[in-house]
Amino acid sequence: MIKVDNISKIYSNDSVETIALSNISFGIEKGEFVAIMGPSGSGKSTLMHILGALDTPTSGTYILDGKEVGKLSDDELAVIRNKKIGFVFQAYNLLPRTTALKNVMLPMMYAGMPREKRVNRAIELLEMVGLGNRINHTSNQLSGGQQQRVAIARSLAMNPAIILADEPTGNLATVQGEEIIAIFQELSDRGHTVVVITHEPPIAEHARRIIYLRDGEIVEDSTNHKHRRVKRGDE
Amino acid sequence: MELSEILSTALEALMLNKMRTALATLGIVIGIGAVIALVSLGQSSQMAVQSQIQSLGSNLLTVMPGAQSSGAVRGASGGGTSLTLDDAKAIMTSPQVTTVANVSPELSRRAQVVAGGNNTNTQILGSTAAYADVRKITVASGRFIAQQDVDSMGKVAVLGPQVVSDLFGDGANPIGQSVRINGMSFRIIGVTASKGGSGFMNQDDIIFVPLTTAQKLLFGVDYLGSISIAAKSEQVMSQARDEVGYFLLARHKLSNPMQADFTIMSQEDMLGAASQITGTFTMLLSGIAMISLLVGGIGIMNIMLVTVIERTREVGLRKSLGARKKDIVTQFLAEAIILTVVGGVLGMILGIMLSYVVSILMSLPFTLSLTSVLLAIGVSGGIGIIFGLYPAQKAAKLSPIEALRFE
Repeated sequence: MIKVDNISKIYSNDSVETIALSNISFGIEKGEFVAIMGPSGSGKSTLMHILGALDTPTSGTYILDGKEVGKLSDDELAVIRNKKIGFVFQAYNLLPRTTALKNVMLPMMYAGMPREKRVNRAIELLEMVGLGNRINHTSNQLSGGQQQRVAIARSLAMNPAIILADEPTGNLATVQGEEIIAIFQELSDRGHTVVVITHEPPIAEHARRIIYLRDGEIVEDSTNHKHRRVKRGDE
Repeated sequence: MELSEILSTALEALMLNKMRTALATLGIVIGIGAVIALVSLGQSSQMAVQSQIQSLGSNLLTVMPGAQSSGAVRGASGGGTSLTLDDAKAIMTSPQVTTVANVSPELSRRAQVVAGGNNTNTQILGSTAAYADVRKITVASGRFIAQQDVDSMGKVAVLGPQVVSDLFGDGANPIGQSVRINGMSFRIIGVTASKGGSGFMNQDDIIFVPLTTAQKLLFGVDYLGSISIAAKSEQVMSQARDEVGYFLLARHKLSNPMQADFTIMSQEDMLGAASQITGTFTMLLSGIAMISLLVGGIGIMNIMLVTVIERTREVGLRKSLGARKKDIVTQFLAEAIILTVVGGVLGMILGIMLSYVVSILMSLPFTLSLTSVLLAIGVSGGIGIIFGLYPAQKAAKLSPIEALRFE
């Protein structure tokens, strides 16, 4: 599904070069639930942005579903971000003062889906993340956990094969974090490939595979045999 | 995306930040309104100047002594000695001149005038009774120069209101008192009604005396300074001019009009001279319009640049959800068009209302030029769209993560 080969990312800023990633290679199979861990500045977010086709590596190749992402045009990248990847940000990144429904409908609008179908699918997804009764709340009327669930519903709008989450629980209390991680587990069970960045070991324990990064390099890539499962409490 | 979708997305985005949208619209409204108001006011005052010149009398011809000069350029008045009172009388009585209603022979000089302890330097105009009719002078109190004053070379004077206030103080009634002009005592018989005007056009700063008195007693000459002629109507002006011209050529025994020792000027000539002034005025107006367009345009440019740059993060978010460059640019274009159309219409209304109100307050005629409205809306709208689109295009080119990180 995902194959990165010798990827490096170097930021040059006023003659100072910062190496965010250096020569990283790994692959992720379809349906895997992977946690990427590491201290801040280890390059986790940069890696995630490259995987999400939001950023491009300085060197190396990234093959997604058999296509080399670096060789795609701007519009082809837009289609990948729209249909293949659902991205969940640490800061939720919802449109401010916009209802949950409209936020979830956004990717479907860019896919050109008919309006009626969009509304139905958005309601269905919001119900799935437990926000069926908050469809018309605007983003600033929702708590952090609720906003993140709207963001997850949005990432699922086009039923993407891959869900990428960059510290999805970073801004949340532990209980809300557990709720969110349970949703990811469920998605993984349904066959989505899930990659989650976290620096909280309890969150990472839910993944079946953990990749540790330090200073832009993979220091450990191990299977998590005793991964924990949490039950979702319905709201 | 369909058009309705594009418009509803743009409207939703505009409604997301009502304050920002209101400010952007305000910038456009003021930019467009200012241009329309300024240009229309300028044109109104231009019209006012022209109608003021025409109000001097549209059937008035003035014969000046001196060589024929080209165009509307006028020689020094009173410089020549070629016109006489007999010329004026002959014009009035000749059967060849059929289109002239009245003839006023005039001699005008400046002189020192004393009354009591006060003195002033003013224009002394020797005239006959015809002057009041030809130049549309009315008397506020007393009477004007009469034919018997001219015949008897009477030492009587009619004062303009400015002279009265200079010599006797505001609102005084000087009739029956006397003034000394060049050391000679004159009895005041009347005061004219105010005609307004200022500077060299001031028709209130003047003293009328009988023509004969001015010629013989005051200035010691036997010629005229000018002859004012009222044509029977505005329509026969050019005919009257030709008649008077050929009649005087014949009287002065001149065969070639190029040798004429006099000049005939009509209000049309004055308008011609004035149009040179209003031409400058028009240039000034275009300058003002251009500056207001520039200022309005810069205002619109600033607000559009700021509002769009402020939304770079939103562009990044939309791109990360699968928006193509085209989708982003279309949305911002739609927003800029909505803003400029709404702002343009409001600005047009504001500009028209503003120029209407000011034209009433300043009692100017109200005019509105379509060109200025179109120019204002075209230029401001163009600027609004370009500067709404340019930063959006720039943001759309960034990678989603660069745009999301933008601060």
